[in-house]
Amino acid sequence: MNNKAFLFLILGSLGLLASDTIDGEITKQALNIPAIIMFVIFVGATLGITYWAAKRTKSPKDFYTAGGGITGLQNGMAIAGDYMSAASFLGISGLVYLKGYDGLIYSIGFLVGWPIILFMIAEPLRNLGKYSFADVASYRLRQAPIRILAAFGSIATVILYLIAQMVGSGKLIQLLFGLQYEVAVILVGVLMILYVTFGGMLATTWVQIIKAFLLLSGATFMAVMVMSHYNFSFEALFSDAVAIKGSAIMSPGGLIDDPISAISLAIALMFGTAGLPHILMRFFTVSDAKEARKSVFYATGFIGYFYMLTFIIGFGAIVMVYQNPEYLDLVKQAIDGGSPILGGNNMAAIHLSHAVGGDFFLGFISAVAFATILAVVSGLTLAGASAISHDLYASVIKGGDADHHKEMRVSKIATVVLGVVAIILGIMFEKQNIAFVVGLAFAIAASANFPVLILSMYWSKLTTRGAVIGGSLGLATAVVLVLLGPIVWVDILGNTEAIFPYKYPALFSVSMAFISIYLISKTDNSSAAKEERAKFEAQFIRSQTGIGAEGASEH
Amino acid sequence: MKQEFVEKIKHNPDYIKLVKIRTQYAMRLTITMLVIYFIFILTIAFKPALLAATINETSVITIGIPIGIFVIVIAFVLTGLYTRRANSEFDDLTKKIKNSLVDENNE
Repeated sequence: MNNKAFLFLILGSLGLLASDTIDGEITKQALNIPAIIMFVIFVGATLGITYWAAKRTKSPKDFYTAGGGITGLQNGMAIAGDYMSAASFLGISGLVYLKGYDGLIYSIGFLVGWPIILFMIAEPLRNLGKYSFADVASYRLRQAPIRILAAFGSIATVILYLIAQMVGSGKLIQLLFGLQYEVAVILVGVLMILYVTFGGMLATTWVQIIKAFLLLSGATFMAVMVMSHYNFSFEALFSDAVAIKGSAIMSPGGLIDDPISAISLAIALMFGTAGLPHILMRFFTVSDAKEARKSVFYATGFIGYFYMLTFIIGFGAIVMVYQNPEYLDLVKQAIDGGSPILGGNNMAAIHLSHAVGGDFFLGFISAVAFATILAVVSGLTLAGASAISHDLYASVIKGGDADHHKEMRVSKIATVVLGVVAIILGIMFEKQNIAFVVGLAFAIAASANFPVLILSMYWSKLTTRGAVIGGSLGLATAVVLVLLGPIVWVDILGNTEAIFPYKYPALFSVSMAFISIYLISKTDNSSAAKEERAKFEAQFIRSQTGIGAEGASEH
Repeated sequence: MKQEFVEKIKHNPDYIKLVKIRTQYAMRLTITMLVIYFIFILTIAFKPALLAATINETSVITIGIPIGIFVIVIAFVLTGLYTRRANSEFDDLTKKIKNSLVDENNE
């Protein structure tokens, strides 16, 4: 494969990590009855939970944070549920299936942000914030401009992520359940609106916990079945895989070949994870810093374990799915040769579920994949809705003095609007190349949300002017460089050469944000800036000790 | 927070100690994670052949695989180390700081 095609493939798989794009033309499958039955059970159970949660969701605090009474273990599971999208399941196992070791490199990049979140962000975030990360960023700075910037960064991240999820879900569901694309997208959108508007954070959290449990159980079962086939000998499994695909799958295959891209991708994944609004929001659902730390510890464990399973699953698919005539796309094979599998490489895990567990287990894994999409879009929508109702409506428009009932109403309206927007964009983008979308979401999170958040926590000299101008510049740089980069400028717009040569802008856009925030804050001699600096001491004490922080469920 | 509290806490020896040891520990763990990850990713960028050596002559398993798994495990272990120390030692110090405020108020 030539270099460019490979880069494109890798980028495609970045999209996949959250977008579940299925390559190739999708032929609608026959109705998959066991899958539909299991999915109906899941939807029934989660709607039951939503009904239960709705009765407990009365105040904005309930809506945004489930009352703050989630335990560290539950929250860790829910964070894992938020982070392990259908795409990381199908995309990473598909990448392992295709390229072997490179899939592992990829998943490691998605994990290493978590320890950093724990060491630098989780505690101050919990101690300073109430409902959204903008609470922290605007703690001692001017409310309106900071909240508008943070809300803008959040909504941009959420909408980009939602597009990827909706398009991926439509295609996946079409393939797995035999439903029409539009029907699938509308179904996902409507269920998500129901969960979030009625059940708020409490329902969303439990949907995520259940989904994470189902996904981890299903993936564990597959990995164990693969290993038991080889008497739990990795040597035997890998030997068979090498015999089929050659020894190249056991070592790095050129996923990253130039150091600038390597560092830029690493920065995007690490700082991007620490700037995702739906992830940051989860830290307000626990009672205190202690539970916030436990959340990250458990989440890192679940996510790391999950990535190890996807590695085994990818290799399992090499030995059990690859070349198995049952899963081959014979039409494609007749044209292109090779051993293409039905639905493309990202269906490797789905086919493997059939190979190890028959129709019934295929149905289970299909239902889990659908459940996974629902859980992820719900978390995203809730984060987007809170940026609108808490940051924009209650804090900026109402100056922090909003009536609780009205704020709740605004958040519900925002949820419905976001859901409808997601459905419309999902349908509009069906045939578009969305490979850049998740990369852009991570770049914005890393270049706008993260620098403002971390500097507001730790740097006493930060001023409103510095944060707003620097954060906006970071955001703009990320967007412009993605537009001028190889994926959009060349692959989508059809120009011959990219103006900006790298696929990942994070190294440049994150540096732009930090440097401009630093310079502008440093030279800001306004009296407002002096006041803001003077307030740092009290903020730092609270961030370190939690003294003055809002306690657990106080109703 | 009232300014008098700020002044009190700022000079509280337990608070000074808490900030110092927590900052040190968090920085040390952050740097450990970053160094391990960047060595890994830069090895892949510059010298991928290093990771392609097999663990022994008869095996097909490359050293890249246990090293990759090690990076995942170490990320988890580091979060465990921090959480354990923070949930005991750091929280105890925090409690002492809070208690000292309450005591003085009651006097």
